[in-house]
This record gives sequence, structure tokens and C-alpha cells, in this order.
Amino acid sequence: MSSPRGPKACGGGAADRPIHVLAVDDSSVDRAVIARLLRSSKYRVTTVDSGKKALELLGLEPNVNMIITDYWMPEMTGYELLKIVKESSELREIPVVIMSSENVPNRINRCLEEGAEDFLLKPVRPSDVARLCNRMR
Amino acid sequence: MENASGLQRQLARMKKDLFDQGYLDEQFDQLEELQDESSPNFVEEVVTLFFRDSSRLMANIDDALQQCPRDFHRLDNFLHRLKGSASSIGAAKMKNECTSFREFCSEGNLDGCLRSFQKVKNDHTILRQKLENYLQLLRQVGPVDKASRSGS
Repeated sequence: MSSPRGPKACGGGAADRPIHVLAVDDSSVDRAVIARLLRSSKYRVTTVDSGKKALELLGLEPNVNMIITDYWMPEMTGYELLKIVKESSELREIPVVIMSSENVPNRINRCLEEGAEDFLLKPVRPSDVARLCNRMR
Repeated sequence: MENASGLQRQLARMKKDLFDQGYLDEQFDQLEELQDESSPNFVEEVVTLFFRDSSRLMANIDDALQQCPRDFHRLDNFLHRLKGSASSIGAAKMKNECTSFREFCSEGNLDGCLRSFQKVKNDHTILRQKLENYLQLLRQVGPVDKASRSGS
């Protein structure tokens, strides 16, 4: 088990707790990739396959430092999840990052306007994850 | 039995072929970069997930193509997911063929769809075989210092 203060500056959170990222994606392939990317930066990662499950988890565990979610998911899109998070008094401080395989400027703008911290194009790269370092709660 | 560096050379050659023939792109390199002592089977795990997912999606696509009337919107949803997964593992040929397939879909061009699907199925079968061979060799080579594995 890696220590909270890993070799990279980003891994450690306040009070020696590793930074906890919640990754939301309906694709099992993409969940595996994003989880690995985040864990190699020493983050603690929980993955779920839907917005609904993300909200359930957030209700139980408030210690999430960032949510990273796919845009296009059945039932609840990443945008809808973003809106719910930003409208919730308990959750609104959590930075939300959206991922998408499609580069649609309207979509990107809408997400950023709704309060998304960043918008990443898939496939996500280590440099994208490094960029998120300063955005964690 | 070849020694370790002989196997590594073979591995590097196999990978180069896969790239040169357009089956894989640099995203596959990214996956290999993410494999290390803490995640020693990462590439194999992701590739396995991909073939599980893609087989299911392709069965769905097959069904959707047989239904009358065709629901091109539903077909496009499956394709979007298939393309996304292919892109995530660096399966370049499949990804590109999915793009063409989606274009035929958006035009409601059933003939084009059927032809494209045949290509996707072929690419899928070939890629699966080639990656199985590659991963088998990768397992033999075992945990290797990344610098030497990259074959540079």
C-alpha cells in the first residue's frame, strides 16, 4: 500500500489522507484505464459505472476530492451528474471533470458553464491527469 | 529456448508489425507505459476487458442489423461505445472502421452498414489473434525494465 505522500507531489491530501477520486464511466475498458492512470499518480480511486451509483456513493462517503466522469452514459449523462452535484449543498464544492471521446465545443462550453473544472478528451493521457493535480479539493 | 533478450526482440518486432499494419496506435504504447510492478498484468487485463465488451457490442450490432425496421439510432449508440473502447486500447483499424460504419448509419445506408460491419468483424478477429500471440510472448518475457521493453 503506497504511502499518502508518494514520490509525485499530487498524491498526498491534507492530514495525510490520500486524495480520493471517484471515476464514473459505463465502459469497463475506460474505467480500468482511468483508474490505472489515477492510481499511478498515487490517488485513491473508486470506480462506478453510472451516475446513479456515483450519487449513492457520494451520499455515503463525502470524502471525495474529485469526481471524474464520462459525458455519454445511458440513463444519466455526465452533464446531468455535474448539475446534480453543483446543485447540492453537500456536494457542490467537489470539483467535477468531464471526459468525452468527442470534441464538441458546445458540449464543452455547456459543461464548463455548469461548473465543470475541466473537460478531457479521451483517450485520457498521463499529462491530462497531471493537469488535474491542482484542482483537487 | 530463446534467452530473454531474444524474446524481447521478438516482442518488439511483433509490436512493430502491429503498428505498421495499422492494427494498433500509440494509445497501446500508453497502456504498456502504465504497466509496472504494482500493476504487472495491466495490458492483458484491459485487452481482456476490451474483447469481452466488444464481443457483446458486436452481437448487439448484429441483432440490430437484422431487425426490421432497422433502428439506426440504436445502432449508432452501440457503435459509439465500440469505437470508444477501441480507441481506449489503441485498436486503430477497428476505431477507424467504426467511424465509417457510423457515417453509413447516419445516412441510413444499410448496404454500407453491412459491408462495414463485415470489416469490423474481420478486424476484430485478426486483432484478437495477434494480441493473444503478443500477450503470450509478453507473459514469457515477464516483468521487464521498461526501457529495454520499448525496444529502443
